[in-house]
Amino acid sequence: MKTQGKKKYHLTGWSMVMIASVLVLAFSYIPMIQAFLLSLQTGKGANLKFSGLDNYIRMIHDSTFWTTMGNTLLYAVIQIPVMLLLALVIAVLLNDPKLKGRGIYRTCIFLPCVTSMVSYSILFKNLFSVDGIVNQILLKLGIIDKSIAFVLDENWAKVVIIIALIWRYTGYFMIFFLSALQNIDKSVYEAAKMDGCNFAQSLFKITLPLLKPIVFLTSIMALTNTLQLFDEVVNLTEGGPGNATRTISYYIYDLSFTYVPSYGYAAAVSYVVLLLIIVLTIIQKRVTGEKE
Amino acid sequence: MKITGKIFRHAFLIIASFLSIFPFYWMIVSATNDSADITMGKLTFGTSLIKNVTNAFSRGNMWTAFANSLLLAAVVTVLSLLICSIAGYAFVIYPSRGKEILFMVLIASMMVPFAAKIIPMFRMFSKMGLLNSFWAIILPAVGTPFLIFFFKQNTHSFPTETIEAARVDGLSEYGIFIRIFMPMMKSTYAAAGIFAFMASWNNYMWPLIVLQSESKMTLPLTVSNLANGFTPDYGMVMVGIVFSTLPTVLVFFLLQKAFVEGMVGSVK
Repeated sequence: MKTQGKKKYHLTGWSMVMIASVLVLAFSYIPMIQAFLLSLQTGKGANLKFSGLDNYIRMIHDSTFWTTMGNTLLYAVIQIPVMLLLALVIAVLLNDPKLKGRGIYRTCIFLPCVTSMVSYSILFKNLFSVDGIVNQILLKLGIIDKSIAFVLDENWAKVVIIIALIWRYTGYFMIFFLSALQNIDKSVYEAAKMDGCNFAQSLFKITLPLLKPIVFLTSIMALTNTLQLFDEVVNLTEGGPGNATRTISYYIYDLSFTYVPSYGYAAAVSYVVLLLIIVLTIIQKRVTGEKE
Repeated sequence: MKITGKIFRHAFLIIASFLSIFPFYWMIVSATNDSADITMGKLTFGTSLIKNVTNAFSRGNMWTAFANSLLLAAVVTVLSLLICSIAGYAFVIYPSRGKEILFMVLIASMMVPFAAKIIPMFRMFSKMGLLNSFWAIILPAVGTPFLIFFFKQNTHSFPTETIEAARVDGLSEYGIFIRIFMPMMKSTYAAAGIFAFMASWNNYMWPLIVLQSESKMTLPLTVSNLANGFTPDYGMVMVGIVFSTLPTVLVFFLLQKAFVEGMVGSVK
């Protein structure tokens, strides 16, 4: 009787996870396998034939591939640490229940991440235009004596994209840190205070070690997010000037839908991104020493 | 010493809040200015609001796009909350070795970059004859590994004694989920709802690829099209941006309290 009951629950459990699992398998794993098979084929449009590793070899000599890959990694290397550090600092400051106005601060700082990528990209394009507010303020403060064409300059355009990303996502990750901080038992801090720990000591000795899992989670989320950067670049700079701000996702899109479609090659490039994310996740796991 | 620390802390938070809010102020101000003033970075309210709104809704097809985005976001949010919450729940309440493995497999798919899937997905939907159809947007958005993970995490705080009691009372297993779990986990649903709604409402790349006809356009596509024209009318674009930002701001403010509670439960 009892085993029968267990078996019934067993089937119920499977039936409950069924739909979600089928959907994820259908729209994640099947496309992934197909992309891999595609990456081994060459040809224009639908005329594809097997060509082994040709696509992967082609990448080595493709300067656009290296430029866009370099841009993407540059964004990640600068944006993610700056943003996560900012998010963490803000979260630690806001975690003090005696702080006046913490609800207002939290709401303000979180708000940017409800904007759509398209919308805030267009806003930033205008804020940083030649006659835009940022130039006006810098001119008035005497920091520059001539307007900078931010979006049209190879280096400044990258800076604007990084600033825009930090603006939108800091509040989002701040919420993750804040939630994690609120789950830390207050008595741990009181005990530390009794033992004569100051603020900095308890931050580095207690808070940060306890936040390790969430630092791992957020850095993986930020990484997959930034390595897939597309919407912002399309709407802020259209990848320009030249390819100066173009990302790897943008290049894959171009290869598939803008130029004469070369699906096989685009799929091969996308597989390199996938491998990159997996490798970086493993490295990240080692660095933060996270087991799950 | 303590006072300076306090001042420094508030100064830092005020600057951070100001920088976060400023683009919103500028967006609203710009919706009342004409295109030339916007590119000149005018910071005060102007008189072109009515003209901008009229242009946006007559020439820009903003109503259609707004209605389409709203419909898609509503359908995706409801379906993904139902399907992902019941899965996340079952992974905790009916644990088994097989499900543990399945869960890992589902979560691992979060690492797959979207770009790696677009070509096969494009070909898949074109074979099914579903390009330029809302199904192409809805189907891939419903099974979200992040939401499954989020509900699984939150289910850990759901008291198992409640389930035992409900079984004694004769409730079916699905009945327990619908009548007890769902009402009890309101704040989790609120937080997940915000994520799902925003993801759908702001979705850009995939709709850009599959939706082709004017009548199927979503708000991000329309706004982007208007802004990337040869000489964009930024007044009109700003109205579009305000319109695409308002619903998410509204959803966030309505569900904020529940959202914060739901988030705290998720990172335990």
